[in-house]
Amino acid sequence: MTQPLHQLKESPSQTAGPYVHIGLTPNALGIPGIYPEDLGLSPIREGAKGERITITGHVRDGAGMILRDALIESWQADAAGLFNSPSETRGKADPNVIGWARILADFDSGDWSLTTVKPGAVTLPQGGTMAPHIALWIVARGVNIGLQTRIYFEDEGEANAACPVLARIEHKARIPTLLAKKTGPGQYRFDIVLQGDDETVFFDL
Amino acid sequence: MSDAPLTGPLIGRDRLWHPPAYTPGYKTSVTRAPSRALVAMGSTLSEETGPAFGRDMLGLNDNNLIINFTGQPAIGERIIMHGRVLDENARPVPGVLIEIWHANAGGRYRHKKDGYLAPLDPNFGGCGRTVSNADGAYEFLTIRPGAYPWPNGVNHWRPMHIHISVFGHGFGQRLITQMYFEGDPLIARCPIVNTIPSQAAIDALVAPLDMNASIPMDCLAYKFDIVLRGRRQTFFENRREGM
Ligand SMILES: [Fe+3]
Repeated sequence: MTQPLHQLKESPSQTAGPYVHIGLTPNALGIPGIYPEDLGLSPIREGAKGERITITGHVRDGAGMILRDALIESWQADAAGLFNSPSETRGKADPNVIGWARILADFDSGDWSLTTVKPGAVTLPQGGTMAPHIALWIVARGVNIGLQTRIYFEDEGEANAACPVLARIEHKARIPTLLAKKTGPGQYRFDIVLQGDDETVFFDL
Repeated sequence: MSDAPLTGPLIGRDRLWHPPAYTPGYKTSVTRAPSRALVAMGSTLSEETGPAFGRDMLGLNDNNLIINFTGQPAIGERIIMHGRVLDENARPVPGVLIEIWHANAGGRYRHKKDGYLAPLDPNFGGCGRTVSNADGAYEFLTIRPGAYPWPNGVNHWRPMHIHISVFGHGFGQRLITQMYFEGDPLIARCPIVNTIPSQAAIDALVAPLDMNASIPMDCLAYKFDIVLRGRRQTFFENRREGM
């Protein structure tokens, strides 16, 4: 016999199901009156420092169908690369960059968009610098455990080349699936493909 | 302090404990499951940090689904759902945002896509939220949701369940799961439950009846503890190369 470790297992994940919006964004779904407003409406407040950008995209399945029930959450650093979080120890983030948002696919078209400030590169305490990125967590009916991916930016070539997370991707040809394409000043396109030849890289971080 | 630490690397997810992405018994997963291996590495600051949720953001009845929609009571068996949020090192996690949603007592959701013949309850909205306290404890007052049929197979029914979204201190702890009720014979027959590989992991989502927390002549209680990814001890994290 050995001493017990007194450790627990993480609660197993279950799909968010088709009605996740009842729980997380009831106002957007048309169930007003329970909460004054939905949480995560915007990752920034008036006065946030940095370049305003809008990223637009959709989530597509292995059959090429666009998901209209996907819910995405985003989490990012401010323009200086600091997180507005009690867990941030490197400095004080811009108080107007909340950093977190809930992004809904349009119930009819499946298009989603995120307006935010472009995040700065994140220098890690243990060394190395992550290129500017926005972490995503994607849930939907049929998704058994939330999918983790990241939006990087195609116009950050040098930073991307030095990013220790991108460097973990063995199949270099898949890296472009994580790069938001610039479509105009402050405008980017980022489609998420759940399955297939152009499948987005998903992480276990 | 027994509180879970706010900083440090997250313990890696045990992907063999969670449901895999591709589970043909749950048909919608077939085209929505990534087919490539996940790219793995230790957590980074992007997963170790997250927004703060304070109890001050909560409305008075946010965790009372019986009255939070119209102020008039929803129909159904009144229950308390309560428990603690712990991490994998069994430390309580305070400040966790817990959001729940579920069907009404007849098994019907307030959603235009739900055409089940059970009627809507005009006084049941279907969602609630709270933030765990300093001991990691949380509670909801609600009605017990009904089982409902769904078109996955010819005669497939979901067991009574409450959907739960949990947001700890790190974005990498983000989790959605479901709570089931002790003794429900539909649990073992449910294709979504059965996406979970082991009976031990399924059991972790089945809330026991908790008579000690029930209120006489008022409501029954079910206890549901939630476990989030923990953080590794970091005594040796700052060692120099080669030491
Ligand atoms: Fe459900």
